[in-house]
Amino acid sequence: MHDMSTHAVPHGAPTSFIRKHVFSIDHKVIGKQYYALALVAALVGMFLSWLMRIHLGWGSFAIPGLHLLSKNGAPGDVMTPEYYLQLMTMHGTIMVFFVLTTAPFAAFGNFFLPIQTGAEDMPFPHFNMMSFWVTFTAFLPIVASFFVSDGPTLGGWTQYAPLSAIGSAGGPGEGWGVILWATSICLFCIGQLLGSLNFITTTLDMRCKGMSLMRLPLTAWAWFITSVMGLTAFAVLMPACILLILDHVAGTSFFVASNLVINDQMLAHSGGSTLLWQHLFWFFGHPEVYIAIVPGMGIVSHILITNMRRPMLSHRVLIYSMGALAALSYMVYGHHMFVSGMNPVSSLAFSFPTLVITIPSTIVVLIWLGSLYGSKLRINSASLFSLGFISMFISGGVSGFFLAQPSIDIMLHATYFVVGHFHLVMGVAAMFGIFAGTYFWFPKMTGRMMNETLGKVHFVMSFIGAYCIFMPFHYLGIAGNVRRYQAFTDDYLIPLIPVHKFITIAALFTGLAQLIFLYNLIHSRFWGKMAPNDNPWEGTSLEWSTATPPPHNNFGDKMPVVYHDPYQYSVEGASADYVMQTSPEQLKNANEEK
Amino acid sequence: MAKIFAVTIILIAIASAIPIVMHMWPMPQDISTHGYLIDEQYTDTMWEAGLSFLASQFLLAFFIWKFSSPKPGEKIKSLPGGAKGLVIAAFLLVGTECLALGVFGVKAWASVYFTAPSANALPVQVQAGQFAFYFRYPGPDGTFGPLHPDKISEANANFFGLDTTNDPDSKDDIVTAEMAIPVNREIHLLMHAKDVGHSFYVPELRVQQDFVPGLDVTLHFTATKIGKYEIVCTQLCGLGHYNMKAYLEVMSQEDYDAWIKQQAALQ
Repeated sequence: MHDMSTHAVPHGAPTSFIRKHVFSIDHKVIGKQYYALALVAALVGMFLSWLMRIHLGWGSFAIPGLHLLSKNGAPGDVMTPEYYLQLMTMHGTIMVFFVLTTAPFAAFGNFFLPIQTGAEDMPFPHFNMMSFWVTFTAFLPIVASFFVSDGPTLGGWTQYAPLSAIGSAGGPGEGWGVILWATSICLFCIGQLLGSLNFITTTLDMRCKGMSLMRLPLTAWAWFITSVMGLTAFAVLMPACILLILDHVAGTSFFVASNLVINDQMLAHSGGSTLLWQHLFWFFGHPEVYIAIVPGMGIVSHILITNMRRPMLSHRVLIYSMGALAALSYMVYGHHMFVSGMNPVSSLAFSFPTLVITIPSTIVVLIWLGSLYGSKLRINSASLFSLGFISMFISGGVSGFFLAQPSIDIMLHATYFVVGHFHLVMGVAAMFGIFAGTYFWFPKMTGRMMNETLGKVHFVMSFIGAYCIFMPFHYLGIAGNVRRYQAFTDDYLIPLIPVHKFITIAALFTGLAQLIFLYNLIHSRFWGKMAPNDNPWEGTSLEWSTATPPPHNNFGDKMPVVYHDPYQYSVEGASADYVMQTSPEQLKNANEEK
Repeated sequence: MAKIFAVTIILIAIASAIPIVMHMWPMPQDISTHGYLIDEQYTDTMWEAGLSFLASQFLLAFFIWKFSSPKPGEKIKSLPGGAKGLVIAAFLLVGTECLALGVFGVKAWASVYFTAPSANALPVQVQAGQFAFYFRYPGPDGTFGPLHPDKISEANANFFGLDTTNDPDSKDDIVTAEMAIPVNREIHLLMHAKDVGHSFYVPELRVQQDFVPGLDVTLHFTATKIGKYEIVCTQLCGLGHYNMKAYLEVMSQEDYDAWIKQQAALQ
């Protein structure tokens, strides 16, 4: 049991506006700042996806006002081929880094990890503040790249070399656009490294009396596991980006081979390795998939438990499975490179762990399904999005069977099948986790409730809409539809254009649902119904033991003491349907795993 | 609400399966000798993934339907077998599935990558550059001349950087913008990138391989059906990526002989 030997640097409640709301060292304010950043980024990312989808459905359609965004990129409001690629690259970058990493991990994790562990703050609050502001600063070069002369980079969020490393010879945006991109990602990595350090230390050293590791809720475990991944994965991407910048500004050739010729001119670079970038990028890139999704697994497990009125069939098995996913995520990255020119024996070596990773994933899904059995399921916006997460995770997960096999990857690599797969399993599922977390924790974060009716409408439209967008992606991929094309001019692709039109309509419909969410979020923040009490969902973990919203040091004068495992629901012989972790009530039949 | 949601899940699961079952947008026809192995592997995987998908979604929907409106006073029930049963089931079912797919999949992969081209395979070099493919045949001497990147000139149509004045092997090399190959003859494809990363994808041939700038890679395959197919680039290579393509014509041996003679005359 923990002896409380470590504390956050004590800091009193801030008095000035700037220290309270801008340069705050309070993890709750930082969590909200991360959420706001992710929200802005998500809106930008979604807007870009609308522009892309309209272009893919109706390529010659003039989008009113588009020239205001870029005169060269959209003369006459019609997107040029390069501008499509530039918007696509920005969509991917913004969504993966500034939304899927930022919201479920940094935003919710910052707000709730210290509270759920029973700490008054994170151990390094100034690092924490720095973590957010560095991440915020990282967003600026991405925004700035829209306004440099030839626009943002067009190389895709994966920025494969040598296209990304040879400067403007490679095409529009490949000069300043790439430098700004790499600078942004470099800063983002620093922000996440600082955040991860805080998360790990909070989990290991800041737990309150009675809070053993196994008494931590599944959310805390998910954030902890994610922060370990973050610490190791971002530590690889950051130097890779530095090397990429050096290839641009210092005349180095880390990623550019000798004797390359563009426009009849030999490039000055020599001796670099094309595949080196791919290895470094995917060594980060695959754990990144789990950095995006594991927090979601924790969040939906936590929410479902509260709404099923029972713990999961096994707390430990879920924790071990999330840990196994994290460990295996480093051994599977080569499945992104089966046909890259890497030694084909390596492809088989990467294929087996990729197939094996489906075992912990399946265990997690089976535990969710098995725990639903015999439960007393409450339906609300948060639980609906959690159940939707499971459905999306299953759908996106099964297509992984195909992509784990090098022989099938010959057909499906770089097609819309891959786009459908990762959007479902990492994009939509993670977004559903964010939505579930928002509906669930909104009362604790703001003191007000979100509108449930609008929440349900938001869910139904998003659930149906997301399937209408991303299932057809799989069919397109099977038919050989290559991704990252701004138009489909090949003879065999022309018959597939109607499917793209259908997807575009579905994307606009689904986007509309997100505007309902935005309205609900803003309206409820200021005019929503007040939360009826500190524990509106009748939860058991520590965030529900404290005031709403929580005071500056999280628990007021009295630090909590924990007596139980986190999920004491429907315990036989207990005085109520649920027993809080802080309740000293003796439970004969407590939900505990030995 | 819960029941509507459960029905929605079922309907979406069924609707998702229909295009696959009905082959509405099927894989392009296979015209290669090795493709059937990939297709068999794909079909097996589709069965396993498809059934897992339908079973899991149905179960999710059923549980949402069944357990969302408990009667007052009803107690929580636990799944017989508990977590242990599920973990064992996952290891046995998915573990076996993974092992089977992994082991059988090796055969298809090995047929493409772990066998050497036969001695009489026809060598063809393909060069990828922004945003076109060019092809080179070795000519009657059966040998390719060396490449000189500094001599590459689009303006002079010297796409590969050949020095036909000083390199005797280059003199009879035949450079084309379209790829033609004889049917049922193995092709040994030598892949060279001029500038950035590209890819060589012919869905009908069941072939996809990236070009690696600075590292020439090879492939070998045999086409079994006469016809005209498209070679497309699948590795994002710049603004014209979507338009980077060439035609592959699979011809009878006689037609190929006539074609190569005609191309030689055009050099």
